[in-house]
Amino acid sequence: MEPIRQFRARTAVLPLTNIDTDQIIPARFLRTTVRLGLGKQLFADWRYAADGTPRPDFVLNQGAAAGCEVLVAGRNFGCGSSREHAPWALLDYGFRAVISTEIADIFRSNSLKNGLLPIVVDEAGVAWLLANPGSELLIDLEGNRVVLPGGRELPFQIERFARYCLLNGVDELGYLRSQEAAIARYEQANA
Amino acid sequence: MKTMYQKIWERHEVVPETADTPAVLYIDLHLVHEVTTPQAFTMLREQQLRVRRPDLTLATMDHSTPTRTEQVFGGAPITVESAAHQIAELEKNCAQFGIELFDLQHRLRGIVHIVGPELGLTQPGKTVVCGDSHTSTHGAFGALAFGIGTTEVAHVLATQCLLQRRAKTFAINVEGALPAGVAAKDLILAIIGRTGVSGGTGHVLEYRGSAVRTLNMEQRMTVCNMSIEAGARAGLIAPDETTFEYLAGRPRAPAGSAWNEAVAAWRALASDPGVVFDRELALDGSTLEPMITYGTHPGMVMPISGAIPRHPDDPVFAKALAYMGFEAGAPIRDQPVNVVFVGSCTNGRLSDLRDAASVLRGHKVARGVQLLVVPGSQQVKAAAEAEGLDRVFIDAGGEWRESGCSMCIGMNGDNVGAGQVSVSTSNRNFEGRQGRGARTLLASPLTAAASAVRGRVTDPRELLNG
Ligand code: SF4
Repeated sequence: MEPIRQFRARTAVLPLTNIDTDQIIPARFLRTTVRLGLGKQLFADWRYAADGTPRPDFVLNQGAAAGCEVLVAGRNFGCGSSREHAPWALLDYGFRAVISTEIADIFRSNSLKNGLLPIVVDEAGVAWLLANPGSELLIDLEGNRVVLPGGRELPFQIERFARYCLLNGVDELGYLRSQEAAIARYEQANA
Repeated sequence: MKTMYQKIWERHEVVPETADTPAVLYIDLHLVHEVTTPQAFTMLREQQLRVRRPDLTLATMDHSTPTRTEQVFGGAPITVESAAHQIAELEKNCAQFGIELFDLQHRLRGIVHIVGPELGLTQPGKTVVCGDSHTSTHGAFGALAFGIGTTEVAHVLATQCLLQRRAKTFAINVEGALPAGVAAKDLILAIIGRTGVSGGTGHVLEYRGSAVRTLNMEQRMTVCNMSIEAGARAGLIAPDETTFEYLAGRPRAPAGSAWNEAVAAWRALASDPGVVFDRELALDGSTLEPMITYGTHPGMVMPISGAIPRHPDDPVFAKALAYMGFEAGAPIRDQPVNVVFVGSCTNGRLSDLRDAASVLRGHKVARGVQLLVVPGSQQVKAAAEAEGLDRVFIDAGGEWRESGCSMCIGMNGDNVGAGQVSVSTSNRNFEGRQGRGARTLLASPLTAAASAVRGRVTDPRELLNG
């Protein structure tokens, strides 16, 4: 994985609470056996009419959303299933971070493993972001902060080990495998 | 003093957590299905890794599998081509990595969360994971069981371990007996109504109290199954005589002298009396009614006799009601129903089918209503047929199928049509969950069956008493 330190990006906003993984990527697209290519189906049922034509009223189909790499959404983003297809779809579409006041546990864990930043900031911060779509932000993982256009800073926390892995492009599986001696000892003691 | 969660956690710490690193947690049972694992096996191949403990890994197929007998056993082609491909992929991966698989025609195949318990593989004190959020189901046995993503599936396949931070604990205390006609499903829906869909985020729930103790194992599984719908990755119930009785004699449960040792260890798992949880919630089970959802997440739930709430200033709420085609302030009772689905890992076990049959016996499904009954496993199917439940469903005008997830998620082609209203015993009423544009009302098997008979949302107590 490429290290992530900081980047500048514009926001697209979805002012809805409890956006679940069935909306992010509907179940019928989970019949794939690969990781790539899910961006086309991101938010499919909100993005396309039943005949497959884009719905002009959906934010990602509007010109202003083109090239946006940060998604801002209401409370409890990513609730529902454990499908890693949800962060895969967001990344494949081009998003690099999701910002909300609350992000569901499994989605957050899956996102971190793929380099999609799940950023939780306070309510006032999310309220400002939702009211100002298209804002250009500095996402600063090193500094644990999001910097808004006027210079205001929103602090955030990412679990320390996951953050270390993201900053250094380290794969968690490599770390787990380096624990082999301890795992073997545990298995012996509990056989 | 320790909670049950702490006890199980500590016994599985291969390396304890520090401020800088999560714990390395050992996994005792890894369940695998066709949807969330192909990419994990690809990761293993890319890194030339093997499966560390195939003996602790079990695979079944459930999500994309057909439920029509001719497609399962009759050699008819599987209608959904990508599903057939995914099924073939799992067969190939299990063969190559040496994992036991219950394939399409296997008599032990079924929904992953139904298969583990019925084999006796799900046991108190174990850590159980699966690439599926409803792994919380297995917590009914006092196992620490939670859903993981596909990358984590690869971690467990390769190392039998996961990197995990300790969660907070949340006690849900339910005293009082559930009234007649009020099912375990109603209890968990009522709990989610109180916690909200994110109230359990970051927590492991522990269901406690006299109402929980009197539930049988299948009912306990229904409760723990939907812990994730409260935002919690896991839910626990302390093992007791009910648990031991269920497990005794199951093919993969401990036997002989190992059984007595196991039971002694299981008895010590319960949270110590007086231990403090990070959060607590109390509910009076004796005041509950049958519950039903009216919106697009499981927290939008109400007693069946009530009126759909009003939140005039909430555009998200208005969007949900518009999707459902409901009006704020209207009663939910007597809303017309097109489809009734009985099945899923929430309510696809034998006692659920008995509940549904108890309402349907001697009745016909209302004209124009589709009733689909899908047993949770092939073993459940066989047991139901042995006592004639299939006849009850078929005589009532319903369809009786081979086991699988089916209309809970609609990946195999069993879908609810756009705009149709479905009363479903599954666990998610998200937009489009049962098919694009489908409107899902979550309820117990009793309520689902009663609604099938009337063709309208119906309080099952009306039919049970009459
Ligand atoms: S029955 Fe539904 S919730 Fe349960 S495992 Fe299958 S798809 Fe998931």
